[in-house]
Amino acid sequence: MNEIKEYLRDYVLREFLPGESRENLTDDTPLRTSGVLDSIKLLQLIGHIEEKYAISFDAHEAGNVALFDTIEGIANLIAQKR
Amino acid sequence: MADFVTLSNYLEHSAERFPDRPAVVDPSGLTLSYRRFDERANRVAHWLLTQGVQPGDRVGIAIPKGVDSLSAVFGILKAGGAYVPVDFTAPTERNRYIFSNCRVKAAIVDHRTTAIFDAPGEGGHQPSAILVHGGEEAGVGPSTPRHFTASILDQQPTTPPAVAPRGPNDLAYILYTSGSTGLPKGVMLSQENGASYVDWCSEVFHPTAADRFTSHAPFHFDLSILDIYVPIKHGAALYVISEELGKNAAGLGPFIQDNRITCWYSVPSILSLMTQYGKLEQVDCSSLRIVNFAGEVFPVKYLRRLRELWPHVDLYNLSGPTETNVCTYFKVPMAVPPDREEPYPIGKVCSHCESLVIGDDGKPVSPGAEGLLYIAGKPVLQGYWGDAERTERAFGTFNGRRYYNTGDLVRLDDQGDFVFLGRKDRMVKRHGYRIELGEIEAALYKHPGVAEAAAIALAESGGPVTIRAILASKPGVKLGVIVMKQHCAASLPAYMIPDTFTFLDALPLTSTGKVDYQTLKKRVGAS
Repeated sequence: MNEIKEYLRDYVLREFLPGESRENLTDDTPLRTSGVLDSIKLLQLIGHIEEKYAISFDAHEAGNVALFDTIEGIANLIAQKR
Repeated sequence: MADFVTLSNYLEHSAERFPDRPAVVDPSGLTLSYRRFDERANRVAHWLLTQGVQPGDRVGIAIPKGVDSLSAVFGILKAGGAYVPVDFTAPTERNRYIFSNCRVKAAIVDHRTTAIFDAPGEGGHQPSAILVHGGEEAGVGPSTPRHFTASILDQQPTTPPAVAPRGPNDLAYILYTSGSTGLPKGVMLSQENGASYVDWCSEVFHPTAADRFTSHAPFHFDLSILDIYVPIKHGAALYVISEELGKNAAGLGPFIQDNRITCWYSVPSILSLMTQYGKLEQVDCSSLRIVNFAGEVFPVKYLRRLRELWPHVDLYNLSGPTETNVCTYFKVPMAVPPDREEPYPIGKVCSHCESLVIGDDGKPVSPGAEGLLYIAGKPVLQGYWGDAERTERAFGTFNGRRYYNTGDLVRLDDQGDFVFLGRKDRMVKRHGYRIELGEIEAALYKHPGVAEAAAIALAESGGPVTIRAILASKPGVKLGVIVMKQHCAASLPAYMIPDTFTFLDALPLTSTGKVDYQTLKKRVGAS
C-alpha cells in the first residue's frame, strides 16, 4: 500500500506539480477539488494507473470526484482491484 | 423572414416528421422520443412565460448535460429567450458574475448550483425566478418565493407556447469566454449565427435520421452548437455523454460500440487520450462514419494513430473562434505519412463564411503571404454583451463590408488551405478552451503573497499547449505549487489553472519596464 502511495506521489509530482516539495503533497491533499488535476489530467492519471497496474476503472468510478481526490483514495482503489 | 427556420423550429419540425424516433438519450439511459422531447421543452417554455420571460430575455442554465439541460435550451428558445449556459463546476462567483453581467431574467439550476444566487450579483442583480432540478431528491426545498422545484414543470401544458416567431437577428444564446481584462466576456450569437452554421454542417456531413450523434462538449462551449442542433434538425438521435464518462478514455470506445454511434465531435485532447488509453483496438467502432475535432492542434503522432485505428472514418479538423463558430475545415487524408510532424492546416473557408487575410498595413495580403484572418458572413457574432467598445474593436471594414478579426495569424498554402501560424495577442487555446493569459494573471495577483505574476503559453513541438505561471513572492512569503493551484481554483475554471508554477526573485522586465515575456518563455521553456 505504501509502495503504491509513493509511486503515485512521484508520478503526480513529476507530471502535474513540477517544482513542488514532496512534503507538501500529502496522502490527503485534495487533487480534484484543489485544481491540481483538471479533467484531462485526471484522464491521463487514470490511463497511466490502468496500464501500470493492469486494472480498469468503470465510468462510474472514474467520474467520482471523491474516489480520485486524494493519493490515499486512489491507492485504496488500486489495492482493492489488484 | 417568414421562411426563416429558427433553432427551436428544428425540434418542432422533427417532432412532426419523426414523432416516435429517439431524439435524446440521457446519460441515465432515459430515452425521449421527438414527441416527448418537444413536449418537455414546451413545458419549460410555458413555465418561463408564466414567470414573465419576454422575447430577448436571457435565461441562465447551470445544470449537468442531459435531458433536463436540453429541454431547458429548447424551452428557452421556444419562449423567445436567449440561453446562457455556464460551466456548473466553475467557481460560484464566476457564474454569479456571468448571470448578473447579462442580467438573466430567470435561471435553471440544480441543488449544487443554487448558491450562485445566494448573494446578489453585479449591480445587485437577482433573477426573478429560479427553477431547481434535483432539489427534492437531495432534500432541498424551495428556499424563497423565487425558487421553484422542477416538478412544477409537470403542471405545464405540453402544447406549443404562443410566442411571436423569432427572426434571424434575434439573440439565441450567449457564450462567455475568457476575457483579457480578468472577467469573462459574453459573445452574443443570434438565431441566424447558429442556423447558418448548422446548415453548413448539413451540407458537408449529410446527416440523416438514422445517425447517432454524441454530445461530448459542455453546453457553454461552442462545440455544443453542432452537437445539439445538427442531430435535432435531421431527426437523428443525440447521445449525451455525461461529464463523468467524458473523463474516462477507456469508457468512450465501448460507448461508441454499444450505442452504434455514427458521428463524434470532441476536442483532440480526448481523442489523443483515447488512442493512448482507450483500448480502441479491442472495441468495434465500425458504426462511426464521421469524427470531427476542434479547439486546439491535434498532435500528429496521435492523429496518425487514430487514422490507423479508424481507417473507415471521415476525419475533419474544424476550426474557428466562438465569435463565428467553425469558419474553416480540413479533411484529414486517408493516410498520415509516417514522417509527418507538423500539424495539418486549418483548411478551407466554410461556404457560409467569407474570408480576408489582412497584413500589417491594414490591407489584404497577396495570396500566400502572412496576415490576420478576418471573417464575414451570417455566422459572425452580433457583439459582446454590454461592451460596444470591445465589439467595435473586434471588427474591420473592407470594401464597405464588416469583417470579424479572428486574431489568428495565417497564410494560404499551395493547396488553398489556411495554415495557422499563431497569435499576436495573448489569447491561447488549450483543450479547446480559449484562454486570455491576462485573466489568469489577474487571478494570480489576487493572492496576498504574490508581488509579480506572469502567465505564458508554451507548445512543445506539435504537442498540446501548456500554461506556465511565473511568480515573484512578497518578501518573507514562501509560495508553493499546490497552494497556488488551490488559489486559482477558487476563481478560475479548471481549464484555466496553470500547468506549472515557477518562482523567481523578480520577473525580467523590458527596457520600458514591462514584463519581458520573450525572456520568460526562453527561461521557462528551457527548464
